Amino acid sequence: MTLSLSDPTWYPIASSDDLPFRHVYQGQLLGRELAVWRADDGNVNVWENRCLHRGVRLSIGVNEGGELKCQYHGWRYANRSAGCTYIPAHPADAPARRIQNRTYPVREAYGLIWSAANDDQPFRPFPGAEGHDWFPLRPMPVNAAPEDVLAALSALAPDDQPADLMPGLSLRFGGTYYFVQPVDAGRAVIRGLLATQPDATTLRHYNELLSKLRDRLERAAAKKPAPEPLKPAFEKVSAELSTMPEIAVPRGNTITVVVKRKWTSADGVIGFELAARDGHLPTFQPGAHIDLHLPNGMTRQYSITNGPGDLMSYVIGVKQESASKGGSKVLVETVREGDLLAISEPRNNFPLRRDATRTVLIAGGIGITPLLSMARFLDKSSLNYELHYFTRAGDVAFRSELEALHGKVIFHTGLPRAEIGLTIASALGQWSMAQHVYVCGPSAMLETVRSTAAAQGWPDEAIHFEYFKNDKVIDDSSAFEVELARSAMTLHVPSGKTILEVMRDNGLTVPSSCEQGACGTCLTTVIEGEVDHQDVYLNDSEKRSNSCMMTCVSRAKSPRLVLDI
Amino acid sequence: MSAIDPITRDLWQVIAATEEIPVGVVETTLLLDTRLALTRDRDGNPVVWLRSDEEQGDEIDPESILDRLPVLTGYGYIWTSLGNPPKELFPIPEYAESDRVNMSCGSIGIHVSAPRAVENFLDMGHFPYVHTDILGSEPHTEVKEYDVEVSEERDEVLATRCKFIQPRAAKSATEPMEVEYVYRVPHPFCSVLYKSCPEDEGRRDVIAIFLQPMTKERCRAHLLQSMIDSTSTITDLRRFQQTIFGQDKPILENQFPKRLPLDPRSETPIRADKSAIAYRRWLSQKGITYGTIPVAS
Repeated sequence: MTLSLSDPTWYPIASSDDLPFRHVYQGQLLGRELAVWRADDGNVNVWENRCLHRGVRLSIGVNEGGELKCQYHGWRYANRSAGCTYIPAHPADAPARRIQNRTYPVREAYGLIWSAANDDQPFRPFPGAEGHDWFPLRPMPVNAAPEDVLAALSALAPDDQPADLMPGLSLRFGGTYYFVQPVDAGRAVIRGLLATQPDATTLRHYNELLSKLRDRLERAAAKKPAPEPLKPAFEKVSAELSTMPEIAVPRGNTITVVVKRKWTSADGVIGFELAARDGHLPTFQPGAHIDLHLPNGMTRQYSITNGPGDLMSYVIGVKQESASKGGSKVLVETVREGDLLAISEPRNNFPLRRDATRTVLIAGGIGITPLLSMARFLDKSSLNYELHYFTRAGDVAFRSELEALHGKVIFHTGLPRAEIGLTIASALGQWSMAQHVYVCGPSAMLETVRSTAAAQGWPDEAIHFEYFKNDKVIDDSSAFEVELARSAMTLHVPSGKTILEVMRDNGLTVPSSCEQGACGTCLTTVIEGEVDHQDVYLNDSEKRSNSCMMTCVSRAKSPRLVLDI
Repeated sequence: MSAIDPITRDLWQVIAATEEIPVGVVETTLLLDTRLALTRDRDGNPVVWLRSDEEQGDEIDPESILDRLPVLTGYGYIWTSLGNPPKELFPIPEYAESDRVNMSCGSIGIHVSAPRAVENFLDMGHFPYVHTDILGSEPHTEVKEYDVEVSEERDEVLATRCKFIQPRAAKSATEPMEVEYVYRVPHPFCSVLYKSCPEDEGRRDVIAIFLQPMTKERCRAHLLQSMIDSTSTITDLRRFQQTIFGQDKPILENQFPKRLPLDPRSETPIRADKSAIAYRRWLSQKGITYGTIPVAS
């Protein structure tokens, strides 16, 4: 038998005990090195043992509970998806979601961790697996070819009770099961399972038996020519990533999710737990949102509240608005547990820097949702933060989730308007280097935070905010020309029509989402001309730079604009 | 098996610190999979030849060595070549300035290819994680925009305006401060770093790394410091550089593949890696295959 890199068989690669709290275990299967780690939620990850950035082994990285941190440049990879969530060299940017490590299938069962080279076969319990309290023997590494190891194990069986060979380099005799883990062409690990809990004498017996077997096998192997090691290849990254210097906002397909749970979190806030139909959902970063496609054809953005590596479902909070129209009403009134919904891949217009010495999070009402996620990430990495949560009265949304945090979480309930301003001012304090504030809430609160922070010496780059909607009245009275540099087209934008609409009328496919200058999806580079910014997405210095614009609401002050489209 | 590309073969390659080679006694080393022996003659001039049965520590009369390899002394090190090297070594003009302390800071073997080690030398992003509290510290992890060019005239990679916040950039510093670096790669396996000098704002300290490619996956890093520092002892300065390299070594030895992949799709660069991207392209254009994984044609 020769080993194959594409062998779809499931093999044990570690004992459950090899994965203590926050440890990263280095394993190997069929010539491939693996980084194996258990997240705080119990999930076991089996990844290619190599950071995609510079090829450093992830097994020397740090298990932060929900993310694995590479030792070389501190890149973070999420539990389950292995997607990169943070690149410290560019702390203000959201990494491309597609930076994703190679993962292998995993199953934890019978005291062992099982994996396979590919997904071609579902995991099947070995014959007779059910109904026992399995005890894994101390693994015995052997420098010999896996098939020789299996043959030698088989020869251990007494003549009157020959070994029963099972699929996948395993066999049983007596009450004992042996699995041979094919590490490489010339290396194996014997993993034995006992059907009952053994005493010390039994363990000593097996230890002696397998040690002698190992010595015998290694002596025999030393006399033979060493088999050629397997040569696994490293998969190439996508062409898009290889040329990355710019970090792109991913635009992908929609994903179907199940409404797993719907509950009233606080007065007027309904929580929705959206789960993948199978497996896990895509990687997201703190501050990210999803577009939710509603049954009535509308699209709405909602922030993900989850913590690091929490990908089995996204939890969002929806405010039940009294106004009769709007997507929230549809969600709240007609969507039930068990319903299917379409969502976009997560997008992040509100990235969290993790290089601050102090992070201030300020939430107003339903604006808590992205900040809850941020607080959870900062909490897991033991970074210094304060979360100020302003609510009108009564119960507050996500209270139990907030109380589970270890950082400074301060509830401000029912404060009069004047006092809110003072509270914000003292929460912010004077700015000093490497302090950042993140705010999400009603427009009035955002304005208060922005102006107070500016007055207290906070520079624009240290003030981060996300608008969910644009309350400004859009002035669409101007008319001008738009030249699309890459498409080699010149279009006339009349009053009453947006640039986005005119581009679409002329057959261009341009991404957009909220179409009110709030979400950042239609962000476009400006090459020439003066922009009449009407959005709430760009900050003041970005607007002043005149180098980018939102084509859904913003217009031109000059007679002509040249765009990089 | 050991195909050495013609460019690499004709380069000057570093093999030892001059002062560490005794007169009339054999020292042995490995360069480009080739066993070498070397010694110094009575005048102190290095003699390098292809090793046959000599052993390290043998006494030898250098006059008896007739079949010699080209040799040159520069920046405190002995350089040789397996091919036809150029007349001169790349320039480091600062080395000749009379008020500088020039010192070789020792040689350290690393189980990784020479180009991987060069790339690590060019990299600022790892400072907070690998050289924690010395060259960088969290949360100051940002690599700001900097400029990179390949100078055609000098045939070298040049990265300028490289800035990084360092916790203790100078002995006297108590607050983190931003330091400015300039990097040159004047030789496929050598790099020179210029760092703002705490003692004299108008001048810069120079730290250079010369890599000896022993095999495709193994190298020795030789370090040169050319400092304007009137207070530290040579021992202090050496110990500092050895600490830094001692921190890099375990990371580099956990890098896979060990040879530097030149195909852009083999790893994931970010903006902070501009100098590494330029370096890889420069190696690729030159046709350096020793210690690299060339782009499949």
